[in-house]
Amino acid sequence: MENILYPLGGGMLIGLGSSVLFMGIGKIAGISGILGLTLKKPVLESLWRYAFVIGLIGGGLIIKLLNPELFEYEFKFNALDYIIGGLLVGFGTRLGSGCTSGHGVCGISRMAKRSITATITFMFFGAIAVAIRGAL
Amino acid sequence: MATIIIALGSGLIFSLGLVISGMTNPNKVIGFLDVFGKWDYSLAFVMAGAILVTAIFFKLSLKSKPFCADKHSLPEKVEIDKRLLLGSALFGLGWGWTGFCPGPALLNLSTNNSSVFLFVVSMLVGIIIFQKLEKNINSKDLK
Repeated sequence: MENILYPLGGGMLIGLGSSVLFMGIGKIAGISGILGLTLKKPVLESLWRYAFVIGLIGGGLIIKLLNPELFEYEFKFNALDYIIGGLLVGFGTRLGSGCTSGHGVCGISRMAKRSITATITFMFFGAIAVAIRGAL
Repeated sequence: MATIIIALGSGLIFSLGLVISGMTNPNKVIGFLDVFGKWDYSLAFVMAGAILVTAIFFKLSLKSKPFCADKHSLPEKVEIDKRLLLGSALFGLGWGWTGFCPGPALLNLSTNNSSVFLFVVSMLVGIIIFQKLEKNINSKDLK
């Protein structure tokens, strides 16, 4: 039972964060899109995006300062894995118009069929990638 | 100004949620995606919790307008297209291969680890490559 409390609580906070952005300024908290558009849109149009990303990364820094034990896990793979993985995630999320936050949380909450489909697809291929690694 | 504070606050709350949920731990994510092996189902509750809260507040918010904006910015596309499917597949592969999706990767920058930097830089390169190609592709071709 305890093993689901932190995921559930954390998930609800993610939901709260998404709700604050939507109720506050009507924007979807899709991190891949927010990040991507900071690189594309004029600076003045993207001030809220910069603020969101600063909150996200800054929040992580603060939490790590206060509770470093929450970040004690290993990054087990090699440089090529991270390079290829990063390229796939960066390109794929923009091509697919979203990621776990945009499609998985916000899109599904709106019952958007694009997001339901996207989420099923990336979950499936995520499982495939893990299976491939396991087989190698 | 209010817009910036709201966005900043949203990012902060989001980061707390991501860390507490376990999504920032790539090994836990891989355990969740290890459906064909030793499946750790606990991260399913992250999405469940998030959707539960988000669905309620989104529905409420859509009855009127945002507090500090004229309207909600909703995606225009409604139909499923090839881009969505291909993009999601590629994203899923990268996610499963490393255990990182965009948010958690950014958060893990605070660990000062070279693997994270490599991932984040590559992710940004992947984004830029797509956005450059997007300018040159006639969007009608890749439906």
